[in-house]
Amino acid sequence: MTIDIFLQQLVNGLTLGAFYGLIALGYTMVYGIIGMINFAHGDIYMIGAFVALIGFVVLSTIGVVSVPLAILIVLVMAMFFTACYGWAVERIAYRPLRGSPRLAPLISAIGMSIVLQNYVQIAQGARTKSLQPIVNGQYSIDVGNGAHVTVSLLQIIIIVLTVALMAGFTWVIRSTPLGRAQRATEQDATMAALLGVNVNRTISITFVIGASLAAVAGMMATLYYGVIDFYIGFIAGIKAFTAAVLGGIGSLPGAMLGGLAIGLIESFWPVFFDLAYRDVAVFGVLILVLIFRPTGLLGRPEIEKV
Amino acid sequence: MSEPAATLLQVDHLTMRFGGITAISDLSFAAKRGDITAIIGPNGAGKTTVFNCLTGFYQPTVGRLELTHETGKRFLLERMPDFRIARDAHVVRTFQNIRLFAGMSVLENLVVAQHIALTRASGYAVAGLLHLPVYRKAERRAVEKARYWLDRMGLTASADQPAGSLPYGSQRRLEIARAMCAGPVLLCLDEPAAGLNTRETNELSDLLRDIRREHGLSILLIEHDMALVMEISDHVVVLDHGACICHGPPAKVRADPAVISAYLGTPEDEAIALTRGRS
Repeated sequence: MTIDIFLQQLVNGLTLGAFYGLIALGYTMVYGIIGMINFAHGDIYMIGAFVALIGFVVLSTIGVVSVPLAILIVLVMAMFFTACYGWAVERIAYRPLRGSPRLAPLISAIGMSIVLQNYVQIAQGARTKSLQPIVNGQYSIDVGNGAHVTVSLLQIIIIVLTVALMAGFTWVIRSTPLGRAQRATEQDATMAALLGVNVNRTISITFVIGASLAAVAGMMATLYYGVIDFYIGFIAGIKAFTAAVLGGIGSLPGAMLGGLAIGLIESFWPVFFDLAYRDVAVFGVLILVLIFRPTGLLGRPEIEKV
Repeated sequence: MSEPAATLLQVDHLTMRFGGITAISDLSFAAKRGDITAIIGPNGAGKTTVFNCLTGFYQPTVGRLELTHETGKRFLLERMPDFRIARDAHVVRTFQNIRLFAGMSVLENLVVAQHIALTRASGYAVAGLLHLPVYRKAERRAVEKARYWLDRMGLTASADQPAGSLPYGSQRRLEIARAMCAGPVLLCLDEPAAGLNTRETNELSDLLRDIRREHGLSILLIEHDMALVMEISDHVVVLDHGACICHGPPAKVRADPAVISAYLGTPEDEAIALTRGRS
């Protein structure tokens, strides 16, 4: 592998890792706070992508020509509407099942995933939707010996936006009352409530934050791939879930790291092996992690609560 | 101190049934403002269940739990969800088996307890996110208060350690400190002396008396250590099989035949029952 291919795949891998990391945060946060895998989270990402698509179409129809402005408006819009979906899913499908056996919310989550897919399929049609590229710039960087690495402006935007979001998010969790309430609820919800923390609201906010991060990933997917359909949440969701497990489910830095690792595995796999087996490689990682290191890279062994 | 409503907590006809089991039946008692009121009784008498009803853990089957603040404001605890009992009625409790946020630092445990004040100051997260001066000030106050209690409990040196790594006695003190940081009007302590040695128990009794005096606090205490109960309580309520068999000042309770028989049982298994009652 020459240096230019290595750097090129590194850039591509970082971009992919940004998607998976953002989605994985939603999985890992929800797992941390209520101990369930929110299998509808991938579809929340898909909803985010659709809201973004609709947003771009509407803005271009009403004549917003400034690309940065359009991205900003769509970003806020996608985060807001998708957060509403995230909130509603928790309120309708999970909260009534709080205190039920663990399997119940899990099944409810799978049901919610099917509901969201079918809803979008009916409301938006089953055919693939496309958006023509609106961020076009790209830079060619000379890495010596006449070799070039191409970095698109969109890739830079995606990576910068993701790093900024993750940094902001980490700060919120670490040092705001909201973050403290979340960590306290995660450790002992009953005790948190007895100290005045509104646990139900804290859980709702967790879903809202997770959904808005997924919405950002959805918007970036709309821009990056240019084509979306009602089914994209499934594979992206499972890969992000793999990322969360690889990083150590429940661990926030773990989710970011896991997302990055999965992105890099995906981008480097075709360099050495057959592209067709790329997804096999990713899910192979999931299986290997579950067998040999179930706590993931950064996860701690689970302490059984009494 | 203003006069109105000497009764802080009035429990009327409290009954708690779990299916066919009656844990508490028709229990009535009152706790006066500024008093240390102890609830004692043999194991399984329903003491912790009373706490669970008071703090919204359980919804009582029957009964009324009325808390009156110094301002005259009344709260019917049986109708309030758990987080409101802490937030609005200011009833805070500790647990028999310590429940700290083990993964958070000692200091953070105390800051979380001030969540209510901080959330209000942060304008429900907005000012907190923007780090406005009003929030920074509130946070500084919260940390100061936490530091005061750390100092008070002799835990300053371990402020940044994870709470779960503290030795047992320190965890007990931290739990009380955390409850105090939540700004209680009524502090409910569930066996605070369990597992402490004699010296630690003596320190605890001094501490409870001091914080009551300094902070105008009322304490509801479940305890098996009779020496501690007799030493610090103003009023003792004795439960047996979920009913109140006697209440009054410690001296009266100690001499009551019903209490003695509940604790000691029939003469032949006296020794066994005694150790069981104090374990």
